[in-house]
Amino acid sequence: MSVVTADSSPSVPVQQESRIRNRVLRRFVKKKSALVAAAFVMAFVVIAISAPLIAPYDPLQTNFLAVREGPSWAFWLGTDEVGRDLLSRLIWGARASLFAGVIPVCIALAVSVPLGLLSGYAGGWVDAIIMRVTDAMLAIPFLVIAIALTAVLGPSLGNAMIAIGVAALPIFLRLARGAVMAVVSEDYIEAARAGGASSLRIALRHVLPNTVPPLLVQASLTVASAIITEASLSFLGLGQRPPAPSWGSMLNEAQRYLTTAPLMAVWPGLAIFSVVISINLLGDGLRDALDPKDK
Amino acid sequence: MNLLFFTLRRVGIILPTLLLVSVMVFLLQHLLPGDPAIALSGDEHDPAVVEHLREKYGFNRPVLVQYGMWLGGVLQGDFGSSYRNKITVLELIATKLPVTLELAIFSMLIALAIGVPLGIIAATRKDSPIGLIANLIALSGISLPHFWLGIMMILIFSVNLGWLPSSGFVPITEDWKQNLTSLIMPSFVLGSGVAGVITRHTRGAMLQVLSSDYVRTARAKGLTERVVVNKHALRNALMPVITLSTIEFGRLLSGAVLTEQIFSIPGFGKLIVDAVFNRDYQVIQGVVLVAATLYILLNFVADILYYAVNPRLRG
Repeated sequence: MSVVTADSSPSVPVQQESRIRNRVLRRFVKKKSALVAAAFVMAFVVIAISAPLIAPYDPLQTNFLAVREGPSWAFWLGTDEVGRDLLSRLIWGARASLFAGVIPVCIALAVSVPLGLLSGYAGGWVDAIIMRVTDAMLAIPFLVIAIALTAVLGPSLGNAMIAIGVAALPIFLRLARGAVMAVVSEDYIEAARAGGASSLRIALRHVLPNTVPPLLVQASLTVASAIITEASLSFLGLGQRPPAPSWGSMLNEAQRYLTTAPLMAVWPGLAIFSVVISINLLGDGLRDALDPKDK
Repeated sequence: MNLLFFTLRRVGIILPTLLLVSVMVFLLQHLLPGDPAIALSGDEHDPAVVEHLREKYGFNRPVLVQYGMWLGGVLQGDFGSSYRNKITVLELIATKLPVTLELAIFSMLIALAIGVPLGIIAATRKDSPIGLIANLIALSGISLPHFWLGIMMILIFSVNLGWLPSSGFVPITEDWKQNLTSLIMPSFVLGSGVAGVITRHTRGAMLQVLSSDYVRTARAKGLTERVVVNKHALRNALMPVITLSTIEFGRLLSGAVLTEQIFSIPGFGKLIVDAVFNRDYQVIQGVVLVAATLYILLNFVADILYYAVNPRLRG
């Protein structure tokens, strides 16, 4: 029996990889709800990025002649307590939400993937220590960690993003470690090791790709919860500082005018809900498409 | 592995976890920039007062010694006192926790009442529009920012219809009717999120059980679908849901932060937020430690329950 190292025949894994990718893509495309959600998420990203171009007014521009007005041709969604255009603030708020969704996930991934690889690959006391710290972090509720850290770091959007990233870390670490553990005793890893590949090469080339599917699904779901958490922190006054717009801080301001200008509270909430449900649907679609049991 | 051995093994894992949680909670205060004694000394920062506070709270000692002193106190039930109003942290927790506990119980009842039937419908009619709607409701429950749902409910049921109070809490010992009225909206707000999670888990568990051999046998014997679902499938499918509910209950105890804030309920979550805004670190430390410990203990109970009712794990 010849020993086939994982590096000896690159064409076979490449073909296999592209076959798997095509199959995943086919399954994803078949799911209409996920496709619609993907389109919605794309629209959200485009709106957030092009906010300076598409917002009809400056989101900070006050107009005391048009305070708490309802929707009109001049102000499509109405105005707030100091006459700022709600649509423009909503569009600029999408930016804060996009950053608050994506950056914490990047922070969590950047820290958890190397640590997860190390934990799963090294095993022993290294794994035990990393996992106990992870367990301890998981024991403190997500929002409580985020609130406590933001309080320590000081209220700002940047600090809120760091706090959310740290709070999301243990889930990613567990997933990355689990994915590593699932393959570390597989034959092809043994074969690569027998073929003389270094631990670092095995970890990066053979183990790391295996962590991508579960982390991808978790990343999409965490973007959704990070958007809600940022809105929650801003609502509490621990995130985006006024007068800069964010959906959470808009809701905070709106709470005081529920009786006179209820629409001020309706729009930001609807925006958060529609973006988060779209991201969750997209995450569900990705999970179904990537699930090997679902053939 | 027998139940006793499994329990002891789990205890062996949760003890170091609890110790690590205490380290993290303690370090929170030391991550803060500046001297805590100066922060506590008021606006004038009188050097004599600052020195007195440093001595009183042991801020001038090495961090490890401070941690040892704090942990020693915690193990004897002394979590320190609020810097702000001098009430002991334990007393504060003892007053606020029952309020949140009641809110969490109501929320969980609502979550189970919505989540389990919806999950069953989503599984048994998975290819019909009803199943799709059930799934969508569950996803909405998970995707809704609950503090916004709270605001919308206040807008509809308090401001417009005037049916329910917009905020405040009446203890059950004072007036049980008003107590129930004050908890309807917050319980629904908190419960709707958990209901979404329970629906998705019930659906997943039901689908798995419905495709198992013994359910096929039950169908082959000619039993009606209702009997198959209610008598055979549901009983087994509910096991993981019960476990999940225990964990979610733990999450509710400290996850009510925003809901309590919106409805002005003087519970555990509001205590955390108020302590954060007042920079009352003894309270933050105590409350986060108690919340984490409760969560770990409820997870432990869930693990033991799952192990006890699942004969395959004992094999």
